[in-house]
Amino acid sequence: MERVATMQLTINGEMRELSWAPDVAAMVAELGLDARKVAVERNLEIVPRSLYAATQLADGDRIEIVHFIGGG
Amino acid sequence: MNAPVSPSAEIASDDAWTVAGRTFRSRLIVGTGKYKDYAQNAAAAEAAGAEMVTVALRRVNLSDPSQPMLADFVKPERFTYLPNTAGCFTGEEAVRTLRLAREAGGWDLVKLEVLSDAKTLYPDMEETLRALKMLVAEGFQVMVYCSDDPVYARKLEEAGAAAIMPLGSLIGSGLGILNPLTIRLIVEQAKVPVVVDAGVGTASDAAAAMELGCDAVLMNTAIAEAKDPIRMARAMKHAVIAGREAYLAGRMPRKLYADPSSPLAGLI
Repeated sequence: MERVATMQLTINGEMRELSWAPDVAAMVAELGLDARKVAVERNLEIVPRSLYAATQLADGDRIEIVHFIGGG
Repeated sequence: MNAPVSPSAEIASDDAWTVAGRTFRSRLIVGTGKYKDYAQNAAAAEAAGAEMVTVALRRVNLSDPSQPMLADFVKPERFTYLPNTAGCFTGEEAVRTLRLAREAGGWDLVKLEVLSDAKTLYPDMEETLRALKMLVAEGFQVMVYCSDDPVYARKLEEAGAAAIMPLGSLIGSGLGILNPLTIRLIVEQAKVPVVVDAGVGTASDAAAAMELGCDAVLMNTAIAEAKDPIRMARAMKHAVIAGREAYLAGRMPRKLYADPSSPLAGLI
């Protein structure tokens, strides 16, 4: 993974500072999530699951990670 | 002596209904909100005999990714998940939510609800219709929560709704079907399934919905907030079957005066 000085991501509304620039697959793994059970949106665009490893994150990205919960 | 119940008293096994090309034998769709925990939720869905459950889409909890997940209890292999847009107040929010749901689940059958205000959760029909058109253009199969207005129901159908889902009364109110006339008008004109969604409080409400000719009933709070949710789920299962059977059987006409059931001839 490419080394960068520092980068900021907003994940589910929380600001996160990272010293490296992950792709989506690495981010999901780093957060301890099962990629098969979530959906990811990057800057309001869906990231298809098949493209997680190929989608490099960039400084300032706004990420949403969602899953199914109980609801009526 | 009364005769034993004949096998024909069981509901006809071929009485299935189809929405967006998927066929279901259960006419009871249950929600997965408001339960004590996911285990109780799963037990209630089983007791209800449900084949389809509604689910919500929310942010994952990043501080505790190991918390229990719905899919580990109410398994998507067993129940068809119907992702909803609960909490959405604009068409754009609803479309964004369902795009994510499609990616998370890998299926395109969804429930659209666009609400107007937090106090009534009454559907905003203008916004609902606009969102429906966006979703249909993106290839979604959309079951639409709506008011019990036959005119809007027709517009939704014309815009490509996979099912029309009018409220019986407000979400979570348990007031039953307040306007059976409009539900009946919607049923008569619709060529897609009609599902009463919201308002059912107890078993007789579910039976009433089915007696009006609805294809199915969707409920959450009536089961989840009963004192014994599992038992109420079972009651709802029977009520939906009873209502459906009564509808198919064709009820007797209403009469103003009495009509004796025992013959008058041979009276002593």
